[in-house]
This record gives sequence, C-alpha cells and structure tokens, in this order.
Amino acid sequence: MAEPFLSIQHVRKSYGTNTVVQDFSLDVEPGEFVSFLGPSGCGKTTVLRMVAGFEEPSAGKIVVGGKDITRLKPNQRNVGMVFQAYALFPNLTVAQNIAFGLKVAGMPKADSDRRVAEMLDIIKLPQMADRYPYQLSGGQQQRIALARAIAPKPKLLLLDEPLSALDAKVRVSLREEIRSIQKKLGITTIFVTHDQEEALSISDRIAVMYGGRAEQVGTPFEIYNRPATKFVANFVGTLNVLEGTVTDAGAGRVRVNSQEVALKGKLNGSKSGDTLSLALRPEAISLARQPGHDTSLSGEIAEVHFLGSVIRVRVGIGGNTVSLDTFNNSTTPPPAVGDKADISFSSGDMLVLH
Amino acid sequence: MKSGKFWAWVVFGIGTAYFFIPLLATFEFSMRMRRGVHSFDAYQVVLGDPRFQATFMYSVIAAIFTIILGVLIVVPAAYWIRLRLPQLRPIVEFITLLPLVIPAIVIVFGYIRMYGSNSPLPFLSSDLGASALLVIGYATLALPYMYRAVDTGLRTIDVRTLTEAAQILGAGWTTIITRVILPNVLIAVLSGAFLTFAIVIGEFTMASLLNRPAFGPYLQNIGANRAYEPAALAIIAFAITWGCMSLIQILSRFAPKSANRPN
Repeated sequence: MAEPFLSIQHVRKSYGTNTVVQDFSLDVEPGEFVSFLGPSGCGKTTVLRMVAGFEEPSAGKIVVGGKDITRLKPNQRNVGMVFQAYALFPNLTVAQNIAFGLKVAGMPKADSDRRVAEMLDIIKLPQMADRYPYQLSGGQQQRIALARAIAPKPKLLLLDEPLSALDAKVRVSLREEIRSIQKKLGITTIFVTHDQEEALSISDRIAVMYGGRAEQVGTPFEIYNRPATKFVANFVGTLNVLEGTVTDAGAGRVRVNSQEVALKGKLNGSKSGDTLSLALRPEAISLARQPGHDTSLSGEIAEVHFLGSVIRVRVGIGGNTVSLDTFNNSTTPPPAVGDKADISFSSGDMLVLH
Repeated sequence: MKSGKFWAWVVFGIGTAYFFIPLLATFEFSMRMRRGVHSFDAYQVVLGDPRFQATFMYSVIAAIFTIILGVLIVVPAAYWIRLRLPQLRPIVEFITLLPLVIPAIVIVFGYIRMYGSNSPLPFLSSDLGASALLVIGYATLALPYMYRAVDTGLRTIDVRTLTEAAQILGAGWTTIITRVILPNVLIAVLSGAFLTFAIVIGEFTMASLLNRPAFGPYLQNIGANRAYEPAALAIIAFAITWGCMSLIQILSRFAPKSANRPN
C-alpha cells in the first residue's frame, strides 16, 4: 500500500461533555476519493472541519503529505473546500471569485488570469467570467465554487455536502462532473454526504459513520455487499431483516418462522437457541424458485406497488415481511394481495448481522 | 372596501398636512425678508455668512471623522459578535442603545470631568484634543444607528460561511474584513454613515459645552438673534438631511445581491 497522503489518527472532538467524534482514524492515499457517509449528527462534517482547520481536535493528529497540520490555521493548510451553501463572494464576479485565492497567494495578474481561464474551461463555463453569483443558477454557482477551490492547486480538496442544495437532475450531472475533474487533476478528495447513492456512485472508498465513529471503511462494493455492522447494512441500500433462531449451530441451521434455512459457515460464535438477525438485499430475492437459489421460504403477498418499470412486492413470512422488486412484464399480470407465494434466494447472499 | 380606502387617504392626507404645513410655513416665512415680496435674501445672507461656512465645514469634517471612527469600531465589533460571540449580542445591543437613554449633557459633563486639563488624559487642554473628544462623543451618540445599520447588513450575508471560504483560500483577518465583509455590508455602512452625518450636523449640546465652533451652536445663535435667517437655516438643514436619505436610497440600488444562500 502506498504511503497515505492524508492520515487522520485517533481524532476526537468534544464540546464540553458532548463527544461528537470518538477515536476516528483514516488513511487516504494520494489521488483517492473518499466519502464520509452517515446520518445527520454522526460527526462526518466535524471530521471534515477538523481537516480544514475550522475545528481543533480535542485529541489526535491530522497529517497531510507527511506534515502534521493539526494546529495550523485554515489559511496555512493549502486545502480547498466547497461548501453546501456555495459561499461565493456576492460582491465579486465569477472571475474575481476564482482569482481570490490566487490573489491572496500573491500570484502575478497575468498568471492569475490564465489560471482563471483554465478553471472556467475545466468547469465548462468560459462565458460566465464577468457574471455575478446572483446571476447564476445553483448548479453553476457550485461549479464556480469548485473552480475557486481548486484554482490555487490545493493539496487536498474537501467537499462538504456540495450537492445537497441542488435539484435531483443537477445533482446527478454535477457529481459526475466533480468526479471527472477530480480524476483529471488527481487531487486527493474527501466528500461528505448523507446520500448513499452519491457516495456509492463516485467514491473510491466510503467511511460509513455513526455516533462519531467510522462503522466501516471500504469500497462501495464492500460496503454494500459485505456490511460489517447492522447499522451499515440498514443505512446503505434497502435491506430485509428476518429474525431467526439457531436450531443447529454445528450444521449452520436457522429457523425462520418454522422454516429451516441453511447458513453453513456464517454462524461463527452462535449457539443453538440464539436469536439472529438475517439480512437480504431485495435484488437477491426472486418471487418463485430460480435456478441457483438453494433456499426458499413460503409466505403470502402482503402488498403490491406498481412503480412503472418495476413492481415492488412485499411478502409476509410469519412475523417477518420481505420486500423484493420484479421487472414489469406487460404479458404477465402482477401478483395479487393474499396470493400464496414462494420466495427463493441463495443462502450465500444472506448476511448475519451482529 | 371603498370606504376603507377613502379613510386611508384621509389619514394619509392629515399626516402629510401635519408634516408639511409647518415646513411650508417656515419656507414661506424664510422668503419674507424683503418687505412686500418673496425673495431668497435670507438664504443669501446665511450662505454668504463666513461663520456659516466655517461652522458648517467644521461640522462636516467632524462628521467625516466620526463616521471613520464609528466604522472602525462598529464593523469589526458587529462582525466578531456575529461570527464568534453571538451569545453577547443582547448585551452589546443594550450597550449601543444607552446613548438614546442617557442625555448628551450627562455624557459631556462626564467628559469634562474625566478629560479636563488636570486629568491624566487632558483632551480639553488643546483645541485639537477638544475636537477629538467631540468626535469621540459624536461616535457614541451615533452608535445606536451605526451598530443597527451594520448588524442589519451582516444579517443579509452568511458571515460564517463567507469567512470560512475566504480563510480556506488563504486570507487573513484584514483581507477577510476589507475584501469580503466590508464590501458586502457597504450599503449598510453608508446608511449608518449618513445617519451619523445628519446627527452630527445639527448637534448642539456637546459642541456647545465643549466650546467647539460647530454648526449646531451657530444655528442656535442665529435663531436667538435673527428673524428670517433661522427659518432659512432650518430649510437648509432639512435639505441636507433629505439629501442624505436620498443618497442612502440611491446607493442601496448598487448593493451586491446576496447569492450565497441557496434558494
């Protein structure tokens, strides 16, 4: 593994008796795009603000490029940041906003003008140089904010929920644009979001945070398919949770509503009689027995929602309810509420939540 | 509804008459200096009087220094309170309101006792010192207006985010205040400045008790000894005040639009 470019080491942040970040550690490689994902109040923005220098850690260390920056002021860190609220200077034009950091750094005007033009090209808004922020749409303002942040060639780029204030369509196109610019410039980036789709779609790695801690750090594939904790499994993606009882720990057999499920090799540490939470992603379940699916459960259709291209079906299995999606097929009518139904899945797709 | 509108116009008419009739009467009286005809003789006498020019210039200069002092004190203070000490806002607001409650005469007697020629800070032992003390006193009198104007201006921008955005781009406090905060509250500062100007131009108590050659005492002196000139001076003072108010309105059109808050 390459030497980490950003190293957050055992960082803690308390306000009086309230600890909002507890022993948070993370190494980020050069050029990596890492997202902090979590619900409101999980401490993700506080960690980002500590990296930016707006908050001082109560304990721990932050190292960038081998240099300890924990006690440096924000204006001494050479870090770029994009804010949720754009934070463009209303009294300056687009070009002046982008040139702000260059002027503060004492760059000669000719060089600064060249860099501003280059930035405007990168964000594909070369004709907007003389406009004021109030003359731009939200998406355009946020692109200018991005250009302003990267113009001084910062060592690290911090994005604090930059897409939250934008409408859905702009959000999707801008996140792709951010990722493409980040890849092009190779700039190490931390992206804070509470939107799992955003985090899954553009990150190299995701740190899922809860209660001031990193619950799991991994690639989007790992986070989605192999959640390490119950919280991660529930927070990322849709999840069906079935309550079961271990009937034979040695053979890996679990009873779910009087039906047996085999989970060989997944019950490490569990004893016969223990109660377990078993999780299944909706896309791993089929309505009817499918080849390759080694497990099936019988139940009754509880709800049917027609969503256009897919039909969301909820199947009641005793006290549990399982949600699954099937593709809409114009020649086959959707199942009816009250019908008996079998669901099938591969036991390998079933997660045991601890 | 129609009768409601009628009564609204009646109330408006009464209010307008209450305000304008004395003004028109004063204006009309100020033009009666020449017997039998209306003329601007009183205005010619007033504007041609060297004491008018000297005292007016003195007050204008005092107003400019008061505005500079007020801006230097109020802008950083109001900015810092919004940014870092919001819990102190009610206390600071109360303090800034004190000059409206404590009469100027009390303040000026306090100054005379504190800064007399025998005190460790003998402001009153020289003309320059007394004028400086007058400017300080004026800055105190204008504090409620200046603070409120600047604070209202700061409320229209996201002070914290703009400050952080400038900081992360490498800016220090001086750059942040001069290039980010001040330009975005400039119209508010100008409103405070013009209100300060209007207060200083007509102020009598402090200037008189500190024995300064200001416009306020000159107005009082003319009023006590002449017939038509005080009326002309009153109209001139109104014109200056209204001019200031109009400038606030005109300049507010050039205010930077606040686009830093999403939607």
